[in-house]
Amino acid sequence: MALARPTSGPMIQTSDLRRTFKSRKSEVEAVRGVDLSVGAGEIFGFLGPNGAGKTTTLRMLATLLTPTSGEATVAGADLRREPQAVRERIGYVPQGGSTDPAETGRGELVLQCRLYGMNKSDAQARAAEVLAALDLEAAADRTTSTYSGGMKRRLDVGLGIVHKPSVLFLDEPTTGLDPQARARMWDEIRLLRAGGTTVFLTTHYLEEADALADRLAIIDQGKIVAEGTADELKRKVAGDVVTIVVSGATEHVLEAVRRQEFVREATSEDGVVRLYVDRGETAVPLLLRVLDGEGLEASSIALHRPSLDDVFLLQTGRSLRDEAA
Amino acid sequence: MKTIRDTWLIFHRSLILTLRQPTWVVFGMMLPVLYLVLFGPLLEGAVKQAGAGTNAFNWFVPGLIIQIAIFGTAFGGFGLIAELRNGVVERMRVTPMSRASMLLGRSLRDVVVLMFQALIMILLAIPFGLVIQPGSIVAVLALLVLIGLSVAPLSYAGGLMLKSEDAFAPVVNSIAMPLLLLSGILLPMALAPDWLKFLSNINPLTHAVNAARALFNADWGNPDIAIGVTISTIFAVIAVWVGSRAFTRAVA
Repeated sequence: MALARPTSGPMIQTSDLRRTFKSRKSEVEAVRGVDLSVGAGEIFGFLGPNGAGKTTTLRMLATLLTPTSGEATVAGADLRREPQAVRERIGYVPQGGSTDPAETGRGELVLQCRLYGMNKSDAQARAAEVLAALDLEAAADRTTSTYSGGMKRRLDVGLGIVHKPSVLFLDEPTTGLDPQARARMWDEIRLLRAGGTTVFLTTHYLEEADALADRLAIIDQGKIVAEGTADELKRKVAGDVVTIVVSGATEHVLEAVRRQEFVREATSEDGVVRLYVDRGETAVPLLLRVLDGEGLEASSIALHRPSLDDVFLLQTGRSLRDEAA
Repeated sequence: MKTIRDTWLIFHRSLILTLRQPTWVVFGMMLPVLYLVLFGPLLEGAVKQAGAGTNAFNWFVPGLIIQIAIFGTAFGGFGLIAELRNGVVERMRVTPMSRASMLLGRSLRDVVVLMFQALIMILLAIPFGLVIQPGSIVAVLALLVLIGLSVAPLSYAGGLMLKSEDAFAPVVNSIAMPLLLLSGILLPMALAPDWLKFLSNINPLTHAVNAARALFNADWGNPDIAIGVTISTIFAVIAVWVGSRAFTRAVA
């Protein structure tokens, strides 16, 4: 199964990719002009709240949905003109599982190998290899209905990599997994990259994007609102983040701090006011004085480095955590 | 070549999964068997009166087999909806496999299950008085291939379209029931008023039933056979075409 891998240039390149869903009553622009470039061997994180267009973009790149307009090349093949070539070079792990409860793990893997063109003995050998790599040997001949969530997800990944694809698409690979299974999945994904696979994953977990992705893009309402490494994106937030908890009077606090020149940006959510400042250590005493002057008392005040959540909040005006919850 | 290979792979997998959970195979035979045991003997007298044939079971069992054929294959889409939900269909659509094979493999599985059910039905009916030659059994099974391929692909196309069992079951029932009743499987259409006879005549299934009856009686010269086989072939070709298209275009 040695497929020619394009050695130079990006593995995924899209230009003004769009998808509109039409129903009888309305038209929804799910993806509204996405430009992406994912390099070979990268783990690329695609981040966004539910309904932002993550899965739609992913499904287009995996040949499951035809783009309404725009161009894309995936693993060196043109998405619109050579979908069959794209399919030979990519793997896709859907969000909601991909196995039949009455089939065994081995049965699914052997069939998958054969659908990618392997003969019976190659398929059996490759299935055994994948089962070993994903530590599913003990459960190989049980039906998948007996598998735990983490095992099922590992099998789903196994099904996506039987043919050693150049690019692997993972749709929310760890949603619904317990922390242990999640950490394990992260290890598997890093191993794939180490083996030269380009990984494109969607997630709405910021920790996941932070821990795993070499580069990431944030999509909101069908458009990319930020792109870069996690550090680059955090640096864009600039300076430090101060969070103030004030019982009840968040609007008042917001108003007061916004008047201060050293406060670059302030938002509030659920009784927590977040401020973006250039130098946190000098801002905190000043803020305490401002609150005092307004007759407000903070029940807590904390200083921290910007997280991806701050990036997201600044780009979209919403907290991703709330969306994900 | 690729289509044949992929069709075999999907056929093989589907058949194994069906054999692992044979509930549907047994369940699909329940109603026809009840008809055979509880209604067949009643019919003996009625058939003689109508003069439709000399042997009630040679007249009645072909109709029951068509009933198995319709209900057995019309609910193929039901299983497909489950496969859509558990992500198996989508997983296969991302592979370079032949799109038509997704349909053909499953449809051929349905045909094989159907042939097995029909054979059981024929064997069960012999103690009741069915008289049949081995040649007739082979010919009837061949006719069932055509009928199965006329119905199963449409059922899969319907499953892809409706995507929900709750929507699918009533649609299938409301199409299959009138077609079956109009095909004269329960009582001879000779007893029907003219308007009912007319509807029965334009029902393609009627001709499949007539052909099956002629085949059961080894009445090889009967023109019903040629008519039924021709109509069934046309429908099978159309159904396979429609079903393959649905799989090629489906956004599951």
